[in-house]
Amino acid sequence: MRSTIADFTANARKGIADKNLQAALSRLSEGFPMKRLEAISRLPEFKQLCDEAKQIKDHTLANLADYLEAYEEKATAAGAHVHWASDGADARDIILKICQDAGAKTVTKGKSMISEEVAINEHLSANGIEPIETDLGEYIIQLRDEPPSHIIAPAIHLSKEQVAETFRTEHTEFSADRILTEPRAMLDEARTVLRRRFVAADVGITGANMLIAETGSSVIVTNEGNGDLTQTLPNTHIVIASIEKVVPTLEAAATILRVLARSATGQDITVYTTFSTGPARPDDPDGPQNYHVVILDNGRSKMLGGEFHDMLRCIKCAACVNHCPVYKAIGGHAYGWVYSGPMGAVLVPGLRGLAEAHDLPAASTLCGKCQDVCPMGIPLPRMLRDWRTRDFDRGRPTAARFGLKTWAWLARHPRLYRLVTTIGTGVLMIFGGGRFRWLPLAGGWTKTRDLAAPEGGSFVGLWKRGER
Amino acid sequence: MSARTQILASIRSHLAGCASAAPPAHRVPARGRPADVVATFIAEAERAQATVARLSSIAAIPQAVAAYLADHNIPATIRAAPHPVLDTVAWAEQPLLTVTRGRAAEADLNGLSVAVAGVAETGTLVLCSGPGSPTTLNFLPDNHLVVVRSADLVGAYEDALARIGEIYGPGTLPRAVNWVTGPSRTADIEQTLLMGAHGPRRLHILVVDDG
Ligand code: SF4
Repeated sequence: MRSTIADFTANARKGIADKNLQAALSRLSEGFPMKRLEAISRLPEFKQLCDEAKQIKDHTLANLADYLEAYEEKATAAGAHVHWASDGADARDIILKICQDAGAKTVTKGKSMISEEVAINEHLSANGIEPIETDLGEYIIQLRDEPPSHIIAPAIHLSKEQVAETFRTEHTEFSADRILTEPRAMLDEARTVLRRRFVAADVGITGANMLIAETGSSVIVTNEGNGDLTQTLPNTHIVIASIEKVVPTLEAAATILRVLARSATGQDITVYTTFSTGPARPDDPDGPQNYHVVILDNGRSKMLGGEFHDMLRCIKCAACVNHCPVYKAIGGHAYGWVYSGPMGAVLVPGLRGLAEAHDLPAASTLCGKCQDVCPMGIPLPRMLRDWRTRDFDRGRPTAARFGLKTWAWLARHPRLYRLVTTIGTGVLMIFGGGRFRWLPLAGGWTKTRDLAAPEGGSFVGLWKRGER
Repeated sequence: MSARTQILASIRSHLAGCASAAPPAHRVPARGRPADVVATFIAEAERAQATVARLSSIAAIPQAVAAYLADHNIPATIRAAPHPVLDTVAWAEQPLLTVTRGRAAEADLNGLSVAVAGVAETGTLVLCSGPGSPTTLNFLPDNHLVVVRSADLVGAYEDALARIGEIYGPGTLPRAVNWVTGPSRTADIEQTLLMGAHGPRRLHILVVDDG
């Protein structure tokens, strides 16, 4: 995915002047936030569950290397090939090699922001392999050669007339005078076209909403079923997931699933939630023969332990995006790359550096709505201010207008904050024997690990002992 | 240094000095503990745009399948999962219904599967891949019919996970576990909600009381 982050101001102006986009953005403000409220009203424990989801991620991130190793061991035992990619180039090489080894001509893809991040489509195309996006929104923007403008609704910026026009240009196999005025007709046409692609594909690439250490599984959530056709029909399935996607247990996954869709689209749960574990078993009538998982860092490990550590709790629900007054004014393309809205404004400088992305954290009113709606309690405004502080420290004059000195002390604050909350949680924690299937399994681990001695018994050693 | 070594080392060095946060106690929300599991499952599945029929026994399946297809003007053919439960039913009672068994093919219009469980909290079916349950049946056909025994309806996701654990052993899953809540849909064009994106256009659940 090429970046136009540096052109933020010009892009934002363009967004404000774009009538189609403005109509789309007003539909967005009426849609997702209302449905979210309705869904939450049907789940009185929503706040507590968000809190638990946050604690699950805090725990997992604090033990991230151990959980990744545990995940790898389980996944490998189930027949998965686990690959590690330090950056986008690594990931592109690994995926291309798998596709070439599979003799792939076409590759179907489920919606994956990580794959946008490492620009896998461009790389496959350059090497003679055709990638086909299958999520309807992603498919439309692929035909138009545009980046996604929203992490869960990539084509949100388009009107149905624009989609119809694109289909008329690209779907030349249909009669030119067909009626294409309603979304239903466009969807049916895309379904027909993509069905053939699903069946013909040699490799399917999906992202993962989670990796589960307990079982070695990858999880995707979709509404269309495209992700499942992508990962079920081809002979080879490649999962690409960033390091922070791992969670300890199936139960932990259930908690996160309970807050994910409600925060995102306002559904109680997405239509499809799929747990994939390894390739087809010997007596399975279908499913891929090869199952690969590419674990991507791409700058995330460097965010651990610092001011932006908490950003890695993000489950990519887009609630912060849907409620952001700046996003709703300028749209996603203004942000110039894969991630937009408040989560993008915090994540992108971390992934691509401030030199390129310094305008993004500046594009916020700091109204605090994002943090209010974030199911993972991510302090987005604080982190936006931290980026501004850093930008100020780089001596850039544009940042000065935000009066950053007032906030400078915060840069050293989060670590202390985390320490305090961690101790609080540790004291409140009650470990009933065997009640949790948290990774360490053995009660001894939790005793030595939780409060007193972070450097106590080797995590992996204890995991293995628990397994025996 | 391999990417693996490098990534794990980078994670560990950046986390050095950070306190380990304890995992939270696990909570199942009240809606996962409904008083009437069957009624809640049916209501939630219908809310997710599935349709539900309640059958008194396995023997009633052929008639229910034929009636559903006829009611919706759908050709009377079905690809049924090679599941033992469906071996025992008398398909011959419905001579106009063409039944084939096995994984789904591209041209299959209708599919019939058997779920391991149904979760009342969101009306979610839980299907596990295996010899008796091809995953393709869940996604390729236009119309997906799913049998679930009312004894297999549970309150919360955790109960379904526990059931899977009983079948496959703790910490072990079949290749694919599919949670299915209503038919396939999209709202990607102008946020207009439409059923039947890439997966089934219709989801019809047969809740069987005596099986
Ligand atoms: S920052 Fe929070 S609200 Fe925004 S996408 Fe991530 S989890 Fe969702």
